[in-house]
Amino acid sequence: MGLVESGKLPKPLTKLLNISRKYSMWVYQWGLACCAIEMGSAFASPRYDVMRLGVIPFPASPRQADLVVISGTVTDKMAPAIRRLYEQMPDPKYVISMGSCANCGGPYWDSYSVTKGVDQIIPVDVYVPGCPPRPEALLEGIVLLQEMVANEDMAAKWKGEPLVVN
Amino acid sequence: MTAVSERQQLAYIASQAADMRVNVELETEGMTLNIGPQHPATHGTLRIIVKLDGEQVVAADPVPGYMHRGYEKLSEVRTYPQVTTLINRIDWLGSFANEVPFILAAERLMEVEAPPRAQWIRTILFELSRIANVALFLGDMAVQLGAVTPVFYAFRDREYVLNLIESATGGRFHPNFDRIGGLKDDLPKGWIAETNQVMQKVQAFCDELDALLLGNEIFNVRTRGIGVVPAEVAQSYGLSGANLRASGVDWDHRRDTPCGLVYDKLDWKVWTHPDGDSYARYWVRLQEVREAAKMVVQLCDGLPPGPIMAKVPRIIKVPAGEAWAVTENPLGEMGYYIVSKGDLVPDRVKIRSASFNNISIVPWLLRGVYVPDVISILASLYFILGDIDR
Repeated sequence: MGLVESGKLPKPLTKLLNISRKYSMWVYQWGLACCAIEMGSAFASPRYDVMRLGVIPFPASPRQADLVVISGTVTDKMAPAIRRLYEQMPDPKYVISMGSCANCGGPYWDSYSVTKGVDQIIPVDVYVPGCPPRPEALLEGIVLLQEMVANEDMAAKWKGEPLVVN
Repeated sequence: MTAVSERQQLAYIASQAADMRVNVELETEGMTLNIGPQHPATHGTLRIIVKLDGEQVVAADPVPGYMHRGYEKLSEVRTYPQVTTLINRIDWLGSFANEVPFILAAERLMEVEAPPRAQWIRTILFELSRIANVALFLGDMAVQLGAVTPVFYAFRDREYVLNLIESATGGRFHPNFDRIGGLKDDLPKGWIAETNQVMQKVQAFCDELDALLLGNEIFNVRTRGIGVVPAEVAQSYGLSGANLRASGVDWDHRRDTPCGLVYDKLDWKVWTHPDGDSYARYWVRLQEVREAAKMVVQLCDGLPPGPIMAKVPRIIKVPAGEAWAVTENPLGEMGYYIVSKGDLVPDRVKIRSASFNNISIVPWLLRGVYVPDVISILASLYFILGDIDR
């Protein structure tokens, strides 16, 4: 993949790669709190079937995932585990922060044990607001992410840097 | 411990043997398995450190706290109406049921009583949240045993109940509907007829799961005689809810403790099961969903007319004093102890939630079982992390 990393890939080929990446997102579910149930509704219920968007839920390990949905309250005790999960995922990787708690602390904005926003630990691509967001909102977030992926410059995202685990 | 079974004695001997390296030739290597904090089979972020001897568990240690959000401390800086917003999120599957005991305790301090219609609607929503909560368990338990289909049924039929809660309260997940002295709103038009239809669907869902799972050979082998909790052990560990009733203890706050809900006016039954194993816990919960659906139909029939709000001042200051209120929530006994000093905010709120006590039995229960049974036992105990860590 030296060509991709160097950024010298011809444009049509980039487009093709992006389209195929967009419609084969493997999403790792990091269900933490209330939002995990709404994420379960979106992923596992017949009403909000997420696979029609080309998103495949429930890979066995983060090492197989392209996208992680952080759904729920991130506590200070949980934060190192989330950091480690993110570092286990192979590049290119994306993060959706689902729900007010993961976005900014939500109703626990003055709690002593809650991390106010998962973006303090890992970079976030799409924020889905709500407490908890409806499953439709999560689907909207996934569609937004897919649009982002479709217009992406591969060289910028896929740097091929070595994995560093603290 | 009060009762030590033969299985646990054997496990203890095995652990001793492994430690002392008595038999070097036949020695199995000890291993520490870390289940969680994030694991598909833990319903959230409970971490369990399991020490194994071969396939057998010799020690299990649950590590809670990954979802500790500090409800008790946060309640001290929120006004009473704001507290219900927070405590909705303790047991996130049956949110409305969390509000009720807090509101009842606050009403006890203020010496107001909700009008009859509000009490009936409260009971309806309480039972609807029980259905929404336990229906997911009924599907999820099967997932832990390797059958994926029932959870799709569970999510499908749970949506109908959530739609009902949403059309009545405005919140699909966290209603925040209960007020001191009554309710926020009356029921919308046509809600009763819709509810009766949905309850038929819930009954059909229960029959479907009954036919799918309870007679299933694999389900029976994986759950019968697995994770047996004798009645005296269950009581000594403070289990409550369906976990206690599955051990044959006939104890239900809805029937035994008079509170501000109208269960005494209904025709219903407390189900118990003598076995105390994973199967019994599943069976009791299935019957409870059926019973809840029956209760909702009865409540809709007998809904009295009248106001839904008692006379309560606009700015709520709760007089000084202490009050304790407890209800039988979907997961078990849930209670709030409020200490008030006459301010806008509570001075101290102690929350007694069911799951914390329910998982306290895990180290005792997992000793001596095999690794695949760990998952089925944990699933059948049915805890919710927000309810454990608060």
